[in-house]
Amino acid sequence: MDYAKMTALELASKIRNNEISAVEVTKAQIKYIKEQEDRLSCFITLLEDEGLKRAYEVQERIAKGDYKDSPLAGVPMAVKDNILTKNIRTTCASRMLETYIPSYNARVIDKLEDAGAIILGKLNMDEFAMGNSSESSYFGPTRNPFNTDHVPGGSSGGSAAAVAAGEVFYSLGSDTGGSIRQPSSYCGVTGIKPTYGTVSRNGLIGFASSFDQIGPIAKNVSDATAVLDIIKGYDSKDSTSIAREYDSYTSALTDDVRGMKIGVPKEFLDSPMNSQIREQFDKVIKVYRDKGATVEYVDFQTSDYIIPTYYILTSAEVSANLSRFDGIRYGYRSPDAKNLEEIYFKSRAEGFGDEAKLRILLGSYVLSSDNYDTYYDKALRIRRLISNEFDDFFSNYDILLGPTSLFTAFNFNAFLNSPVEKYADSDNKYTIIANLIGSPAMSIPCGYDEKGLPIGMQLIGRKFGEKDIIRSAYSLEKEITS
Amino acid sequence: MYKYEKVIGLEVHVELSTKSKIFCGCSTEFGGRPNSKCCPICMGMPGTLPVLNRRVLEYAIATGLATGCTIREYSRFDRKNYFYPDLPKSYQTSQLYLPICYEGSLEIEVDGIKKKIGIHEIHMEEDAGKLIHDQDDEFSFIDYNRSGVPLIEIVTKPDMNSKEEVIAFLEKLQLILEYLGVSDCKMQEGSFRADINLSVRKKGQKELGTRTEMKNINSFKAIGRAIDYEAKRQIDLLEKGESIEQETRRWDDANGISLSLRSKINAKDYRYFPDPDLPPLVVDKDWVDEIRKRQPELREEKIQRYMKEFKLPEYDAKILTSSKYLADIFEKTVAISKNPKEVSNWIMIETMRLMRDRQVQVENITFSPENLARLIELVEAGKINRTIAKEIFELIFDEDIDPEVYVKEHQLGVVDDRDLLIKVVQEVIRDFPDSVTDYKSGKDKAFKHLMGQIMKRMKGKANPVLVNELLRSELEEL
Repeated sequence: MDYAKMTALELASKIRNNEISAVEVTKAQIKYIKEQEDRLSCFITLLEDEGLKRAYEVQERIAKGDYKDSPLAGVPMAVKDNILTKNIRTTCASRMLETYIPSYNARVIDKLEDAGAIILGKLNMDEFAMGNSSESSYFGPTRNPFNTDHVPGGSSGGSAAAVAAGEVFYSLGSDTGGSIRQPSSYCGVTGIKPTYGTVSRNGLIGFASSFDQIGPIAKNVSDATAVLDIIKGYDSKDSTSIAREYDSYTSALTDDVRGMKIGVPKEFLDSPMNSQIREQFDKVIKVYRDKGATVEYVDFQTSDYIIPTYYILTSAEVSANLSRFDGIRYGYRSPDAKNLEEIYFKSRAEGFGDEAKLRILLGSYVLSSDNYDTYYDKALRIRRLISNEFDDFFSNYDILLGPTSLFTAFNFNAFLNSPVEKYADSDNKYTIIANLIGSPAMSIPCGYDEKGLPIGMQLIGRKFGEKDIIRSAYSLEKEITS
Repeated sequence: MYKYEKVIGLEVHVELSTKSKIFCGCSTEFGGRPNSKCCPICMGMPGTLPVLNRRVLEYAIATGLATGCTIREYSRFDRKNYFYPDLPKSYQTSQLYLPICYEGSLEIEVDGIKKKIGIHEIHMEEDAGKLIHDQDDEFSFIDYNRSGVPLIEIVTKPDMNSKEEVIAFLEKLQLILEYLGVSDCKMQEGSFRADINLSVRKKGQKELGTRTEMKNINSFKAIGRAIDYEAKRQIDLLEKGESIEQETRRWDDANGISLSLRSKINAKDYRYFPDPDLPPLVVDKDWVDEIRKRQPELREEKIQRYMKEFKLPEYDAKILTSSKYLADIFEKTVAISKNPKEVSNWIMIETMRLMRDRQVQVENITFSPENLARLIELVEAGKINRTIAKEIFELIFDEDIDPEVYVKEHQLGVVDDRDLLIKVVQEVIRDFPDSVTDYKSGKDKAFKHLMGQIMKRMKGKANPVLVNELLRSELEEL
């Protein structure tokens, strides 16, 4: 049977009905992953033995009637390598943590295991989740399954590529400025960044604490929704987790967008968009209108400030978040260090890659006492202004719609010598906005460009408006993807 | 020297006596095997997140209320970034921009002159671990047991002008914290430590001089010495026409000098910014009121109450309240014995004498108020005399014995046997005819002498009231 083509929910239902055994599918997937990995390099750590052992356990429990309320029990999946897995190496794709073995599970891992997930390994990413191509991984880049000359996007490149290639049925990524949605778009899969505070960050190695969220990457909207249902929820061990009733998102899987109000940033009308993306975009707008939603163009006054605000604040946060990697208690320590100062300087100089160092420098600069008011404090205030404008928007509209990226997956080394261009590129302005304001957002596949590379559409909702984006994504998926 | 005045402000770090640490559930207990009281959170492992211990916030608010501070409704934690091996996250979670309490004051009294010392702010923060250098020639070790122990820092305004004022302020503050029960304030264990910001200026001059900050001072005596030394050092420099460098200095108490630690030019840039892992603290007004209502009676109120309710002189009330522990013993004993002045005397005189003799700190006193109350009762009832009572009290102080049982077992009770006492009285009258003559001629002193002789023969165990009565009637009959 060709498992790789199945969705997670289809597979789970066949496992539940004893048509397929979790053990057989796990064996098949491990074999398939090993075939694919030479070409794609999605995994940093493949859990061949542990995965299979786990499959036997889960299959046994399913046979005993356990996991009755777990729609994804027995399904092999994998996790971005910045999410802690007890006794399993968690590297953040950095030399700094090349051999780091956590002593506890991230909250989301406990939840997935309770739901009968079979974790097959840890997925590649940009180092410490900083980047949009997965090229900054210490372990080398992941390749796009649609065309291996192209990047899979990032930072959750391994998570998106592994699902796109059928290596796993779903995965977890993390998203600080688009790190789930952009690679999902580049790899033709579905990814959700939940509302800030919906999924516990406990055990996620922090990049920018006030932006980071863990979310699912899956083959379609229904699968992604089922995963989100498992991992969501208040966690008293994460002070930024939001205590509220989280009812099931599955009820939003209806093909009904009548009366929904959708806003499109006016600037998309004349932004330098790939022509096939524009075609798809126009088609999407038409689909929504045909299905009874209203679509309007909206002008955002603060949108020019999104990117600088994002880079100032995230760099500041990451500069402190990465300080604990000092070579003292764990992680990389330079073998040449002869005293305390050298432990710090050499371990950090050798343990971090260029992108991480660049952001640490940026962050330290904007937080220094001479620059704090000019950069950091100002950026905090602007974040508030931006939030106000978009909150206003969401009091009138249900969805902010646009292409996830203005172009499709780029070639390797495209931005090698132009980091500023990479940062300033307006391409990710409207993925970043969701993290700046804490909104839920989703990327779903919408056709291909002339090279056969996938195109993604992004739906952003108001805070805790997951059901709105899921409903509108599901409706679009029915029309376009299938 | 006379031309100059000192201007002093303090930063007082107080370790709070919560059971668990500020951001995790680990125990705050002092000592123990290194790294036995820590977890991934207080060791700064990847992926860990802080969750604020509400008790820390409550203690900070209680301290703020007791020092007349305003409690900030919207407060925040900030990260103070610097690298040091004892600081596992390489940033200390503290409060810079919006500390929990601000603008308070304490009134102190030095030589009968009262003065208000302003409190700039009180903020919460976490303690760091400890480096251990003496275990190995090549390596240092780190013990993270203290990492994440909650602290509050109380920052005063530069309102003090002498070491006496500084010490009066610190003593007052220490007592408040002790009464509130938020800290055990042990200077030796480092749970109460003060940094001193000091500058000098010519008397009458309005603007402040350049200040230095002195760290590492761990006794009141050392504080006095450090202030004297640093003021003189600054004045000498100014007199020589030199300027004072703004710097952090370390007090070396063994050698009685302060040493430059780092200058302002080399001052660290801590790159403070709001901690994104901790949401802003919104302090509910009702909760503050609740804490206010629960505040224990502080010293000033106690002094007034002791004077009013127990009719004690102010002198007694002040001494009894000079420590919460002493006041506790007093109140518990009074509740049983109903004789406040007598209880006060036993505490002020005998208890404090034994504390000195035995080198016992007030918080380590172990005797029970019940036994002191019983002892007072025995004396009052004339069942034992004071000399014996004092001896028994030593045993109560040391071993907390029950005085009633002890008196019975050792037959220390007063002799009430009339016939026996009359015999002794008659013997003494016979043996001291001169005194009898003196008494008859109106010399009162002679009566005391005869009393003394009787008590001596009775080894102090005669009931003095009865002996007095018998002696008088025997003398009358002569």
